[in-house]
Amino acid sequence: MTMQQQVLPLNGMARPDTGHYRGDHLLLAEMVERGSRVLDVGCGDGDLLQLLESRGIDGRGIELSREGVNRCVAKGLAVVQGDADTDLVNYPDDAFDYVILSQTLQATRQPRVVLENLLRIGRRAIVSFPNFGFWRMRLQLLVGGHMPRTENLPATWYDTPNIHFCTIKDFVQLCDEINVKMERAVALDLYGRPLRVNMPWWFWNMFGEQGVFLLSRAEKGK
Amino acid sequence: MVNVQSIPSPAIIAEERSQEADHPSSQVALFGADQPLALDCGIDLSPFQIAYQTYGELNADKSNAILVCHALTGDQHVANVHPVTGKPGWWETMVGPGRPLDPANYFIISANVIGGCMGSTGPASTNPATGKLWGLDFPMITIPDMVRAQAMLIDRLGIDTLFCVVGGSMGGMQALQWTAAYPKRVFSTLAIACSTRHSAQNIAFHELGRQAVMADPDWHGGRYFEQGTHPHRGLGVARMAAHITYLSDAALHRKFGRRMQDRDLPTFSFDADFQVESYLRYQGSSFVERFDANSYLYLTRAMDYFDIAADHDGVLAQAFRGIQTRFCVVSFTSDWLFPTSESRALVHALNASSARVSFAEIETDRGHDAFLLDVPEFFDISRAFLQSAGTARGLGRKGG
Repeated sequence: MTMQQQVLPLNGMARPDTGHYRGDHLLLAEMVERGSRVLDVGCGDGDLLQLLESRGIDGRGIELSREGVNRCVAKGLAVVQGDADTDLVNYPDDAFDYVILSQTLQATRQPRVVLENLLRIGRRAIVSFPNFGFWRMRLQLLVGGHMPRTENLPATWYDTPNIHFCTIKDFVQLCDEINVKMERAVALDLYGRPLRVNMPWWFWNMFGEQGVFLLSRAEKGK
Repeated sequence: MVNVQSIPSPAIIAEERSQEADHPSSQVALFGADQPLALDCGIDLSPFQIAYQTYGELNADKSNAILVCHALTGDQHVANVHPVTGKPGWWETMVGPGRPLDPANYFIISANVIGGCMGSTGPASTNPATGKLWGLDFPMITIPDMVRAQAMLIDRLGIDTLFCVVGGSMGGMQALQWTAAYPKRVFSTLAIACSTRHSAQNIAFHELGRQAVMADPDWHGGRYFEQGTHPHRGLGVARMAAHITYLSDAALHRKFGRRMQDRDLPTFSFDADFQVESYLRYQGSSFVERFDANSYLYLTRAMDYFDIAADHDGVLAQAFRGIQTRFCVVSFTSDWLFPTSESRALVHALNASSARVSFAEIETDRGHDAFLLDVPEFFDISRAFLQSAGTARGLGRKGG
């Protein structure tokens, strides 16, 4: 757990209550440079894409659900129906400046392959996911003895689309294994507010409700 | 003897239709000997004419023109009363005041394809060299030929860049061909229920239809007009078979089930006992009233030959490399003639070309024909796509 020293804090952190956008979306949008090309994998109803487009960013989306896609297209967004697990292979290398995977990693069949594809298609990847190490999760399992359910993850174990939960600690380890460079990392609390930056990993892993990572390809040989 | 019924003879006799072929109730662009149409088969077609309709006004900077491409048996009468059948335009759900393609906002152009029979030069037109109808002397045409002719019309109208090219089925093929052939002249493309190539199954159905036409003794080797006949039985059968492919099992079941036509018991004959039979016979007989049999042969053949990738070393993405056009691709869940997988292949190729593409699959049980019907989700998507493209193009809005 010495990685955190390499992780830089975010500049100009957005307040979670800005406008009608979700706090984590504002945070993700802050990570994207203006004028860049972005692919949002699992773009849902297109809220994040709309936020990005409002900031002069050329955004595209992939969404699994037909309803989500049709709502996006009806908003004038460039979104296609597709599956992160099977369709990312159809995108060429370096097609985008950023590929965003917001709250979707845990719903993929092969998170590792998806993550590798993100950094093949995009020069950078931004990944956010619910932290299964969050204290309330741990408490529900430890004391309640049942699979955790929270406001943000209300589904029961038998009908959840989330089949690959991980903790912040797990994700950092995966990044290490596949030689991915973490440029920035942020943990958000239950209300989408960033936790203090200068905290040790175990603190984030305990009190972060979700983790947000800006990743890039590690240079060869590192 | 068992009672036998076949498709009734057409009520409207060929005269009215053949009148439309040479002297259409539409605007006509004539292209003389100095402007031949270079066909893929190697022949220069000249002279030739394109019959077209327009709706709305072209704006000052000529940036609001939309070309609507029609499907196999459609024509230029998109949103006006049809001069032969007297029925409403074939796409009044999509084109008109308050519709996604609102003439208050756009200058909408629709042209009869080359090879058609509603006023653009085709096998039902008079060959000026002989003074007789072309018939099978007419050269074979392709989808790229249709698009080349349309481009000449758009030139004639003084329009450089089309705001959008819209089409379903064969019209979608033309829209894609337009974009591949003239990427700088197409700002956006709305391709509906179509494909970048005709599948083996689709070619097979077309061949069935053509053979039905040619098997009709009234076809007379394509010179039926000289015999005062029209192969209405063969063409009717072709239309009946094709019409089944435009629907779906679920839609047929919902519409007709096994219900009887004006009777409670079977007649133990080959009469149209079932509603579905009666419906198909009606579709066949009403079609032959307005469509030329030879034209049907030529246009089905043009669709069969269509394969954009084949013109680009077999790599579809190559056809759209570096393209700036905004795409919207729409498919329908129950369309088994141009299934979603075909649209998805197109979308993958467009992604690989880094094109800006939206792709929506609409849930409906109405089959391929859904694009002609009242499907609100489809209209919402079309409208939003055109609006966002219009914003990018700097178009103002009045209605729609």
